[in-house]
Amino acid sequence: MVIKGRRAWMGLGLLAIAGAVALLVAGGLKDNVVFFLTPSELEAKGASVYDRPVRLGGQVVPESKTWDPQTRDLRFVVTDGTAEIPVHSVGAPPAMFEEGIGVVVEGRLGSDGVFESDNVMVKHSNEYQPPHEDKTAAKMFESLVESED
Amino acid sequence: MAALIGAVFVVITGMLGGFRQSESLTRLSRGGVYFVLLCMTIAMIAMEAALLSHDFSVEYVSQVGSRETPPYYTAISLWSSLDGSILFWGWILAAYAALVAFVNRHRNERLMPFVNATMMLVGVFFFGLMVGPASPFGLVSPTPANGPGPNPLLQNHPLMGLHPPMLYFGYVGLTVPFAFSIAALLSGKLDDSWIRATRRWTIAPWAFLSVGIVAGAWWSYEVLGWGGYWAWDPVENASFLPWLTATAFLHSVMVQERRGMMKTWNLSLVIGTFLLTLFGTFLTRSGILDSVHAFTEGVIGPLFLGFIAFLAIASLALIAWRSDRLHAPGSLEGVVSRESAFIMNNLLFAAFTFTVLLGTTFPLIVEAFNGQRISVGPPYFNMVTAPLGLALLFLMGVGPALPWRRTTAENMRRTFWLPVAIGLTVGLLAWVAGIRRVYPLVTFTFAGFVMTTIFEEFRKGVRARQRISGTGPVQAFGQLLRRSHRRYGGYIVHAGIVVIVVALSISTAWRFEREATLNVGERFLIGDYGVQLERVWGDQETQRFVVGSSFSIWDGDRQIGTMEPRMNYYPASQQPIATPAVRSNPKEDLYLTLMAFDNQQGTYATVRAIVNPGVPWLWVGGMIIAIGAVLSILPGPKQTRPTSVVTLHEPAEEPEPAPEELEAVPA
Repeated sequence: MVIKGRRAWMGLGLLAIAGAVALLVAGGLKDNVVFFLTPSELEAKGASVYDRPVRLGGQVVPESKTWDPQTRDLRFVVTDGTAEIPVHSVGAPPAMFEEGIGVVVEGRLGSDGVFESDNVMVKHSNEYQPPHEDKTAAKMFESLVESED
Repeated sequence: MAALIGAVFVVITGMLGGFRQSESLTRLSRGGVYFVLLCMTIAMIAMEAALLSHDFSVEYVSQVGSRETPPYYTAISLWSSLDGSILFWGWILAAYAALVAFVNRHRNERLMPFVNATMMLVGVFFFGLMVGPASPFGLVSPTPANGPGPNPLLQNHPLMGLHPPMLYFGYVGLTVPFAFSIAALLSGKLDDSWIRATRRWTIAPWAFLSVGIVAGAWWSYEVLGWGGYWAWDPVENASFLPWLTATAFLHSVMVQERRGMMKTWNLSLVIGTFLLTLFGTFLTRSGILDSVHAFTEGVIGPLFLGFIAFLAIASLALIAWRSDRLHAPGSLEGVVSRESAFIMNNLLFAAFTFTVLLGTTFPLIVEAFNGQRISVGPPYFNMVTAPLGLALLFLMGVGPALPWRRTTAENMRRTFWLPVAIGLTVGLLAWVAGIRRVYPLVTFTFAGFVMTTIFEEFRKGVRARQRISGTGPVQAFGQLLRRSHRRYGGYIVHAGIVVIVVALSISTAWRFEREATLNVGERFLIGDYGVQLERVWGDQETQRFVVGSSFSIWDGDRQIGTMEPRMNYYPASQQPIATPAVRSNPKEDLYLTLMAFDNQQGTYATVRAIVNPGVPWLWVGGMIIAIGAVLSILPGPKQTRPTSVVTLHEPAEEPEPAPEELEAVPA
């Protein structure tokens, strides 16, 4: 009987832990799943995704980028060919950020239709591409080397 | 190629030798293992030679080598891409297999043939990859004059020489306990001999894995430039999952040794750990998840999944087949006892593993079912794992101080009043110091509690030894470490974990950052630091072009140093590699990352400054863990081995001082 009682205790403890973990996991997943959407998908969802964390993937529309180094305001438009979503973030763009490049931005769509991003990531391949002669870093930033002396 | 044939040979002779219990076949399989190691060593030396001599006719060298890469990074580019990693992996596997075969050449006769066979079965898979889809020795023609060099991320920091090999030694090493458990199942010799034989073979890979994980976090901190060290990246999780189950196993094993319980559980843990290492390799190497580590590659993925599924099903079938021999002679006597603490520990570790595994694979599951692409971010992991981690921390203070079997309320009071008092005092002090966040408060309280328990264990141990041998406290301490190295090594590891947990908690709670664009001569404040831009410069180095920025660091009006965060441009990639500058003191790190710069005159630069309190202690904690682990693997004292048994069995662990004896020491 004594053994049984202890077994019951252990069983109860086990259940309690399993229950607590299940609750934690369910709650954690519900609140922290981030949807990966294209601009069209984001537009289609409209108001239902206002203020929900989203990862938005697409290309930077040429000539849409404005970057002010002093206020560090970065604005650009992301497109998938059909829909366009304006993006705003505060902070320097990643080093390879350029117009036409693929990006993934993390953030939330505001009710004003502007996507407020707190993280801008550039999609780049690790495949080797021989650099353009005039686009090597050494050429591009030549003036910095000379300014040394 | 020869290694593959050798491995197949070992699998066959091993299996036959095991089932027929034939001496000569067993010897043959052992010879086969040595032969495989010889082949793999030749292959690896050949690859290193090709890398170092820049022989670009070898396809792998033409992929990861370049004449400009410094020799150190050329040498370690062996593991900078898929094919080389698998070669290195195969070599480690062969080395472990040969070492196990050699050490056990006169013992565990019933198990060894199966062990050799299982190790080499895994070997066949990896060697097969090498001969087939991931052949590192393919030739290219015409021979290129130069190559792109290794992936820029992997040649930007010396820690790349430490982090991957440590992880591999850990990952691959966990094949050994797996092989022993399979051998135990196959041979039907399911007593504790396989557990005793694998004790060191589990602690050593575990230690490698721990060091590898900490080194990886450090590397990520020093190279990736975002100021953090752990992002719950799928590949980080992949290394963490087997660590969790291996840690659980290290603990539950003791229950089986002492009380003969949890046999099936232990087998499952070992097998699960090994499967998780394969799964981790699969995640890393198949490119199924976007991650900084993934070297995308097509055919390898399905092969890995197939192999994992095969091993999982085969292992389960074996356990089911032998289930009649897995009855536990012992049973749980007291609800509050050492073994129930171990069981709790294992439940928590299992829960931890489950939550991390679920979070890692959830995006795959969801995408498979409804095509939605989602990701599970760090907040999920932090939210779910923090309570589990704290519960484990608490248990770390309770478990070691509880006696086996059962205890009394009086004992509990005597053992725990001091640790509880000190823990609460630490928590109270933190409260008085103005800390109001729940997690840090709880962490500090528990940490005080656990550290006191550990200290008390050492103190009691030293006192007991002093009484037995009549020596001074310092000598007694040395004796204690020598004689019960496994136990006290374990406590040192615990102390290292506490240091890490506290550092994690501090750095998570009080990290702050500021990003600003500065003109040359301008200064901004972050915390107590003044950060002033001095100049922006460019420099052509042999293998890369560097854009750097120099900052002077000020404490009020006093300059306390300079820091130079930079961006490294490697020819192979348009993406520059940010190289943050870190300034450490015991309290905190100041972490500067160059974000953007005026690329013509160098008149301004955008910098992100982060104050990361507590981070240096993460690395200290990692070193403490390594020391503790080494201590617990060291061979036991010679004189305590009963000489008659020494040739047949691993030495029995020095029995820990009986609890009664310890309690007789006045507190």
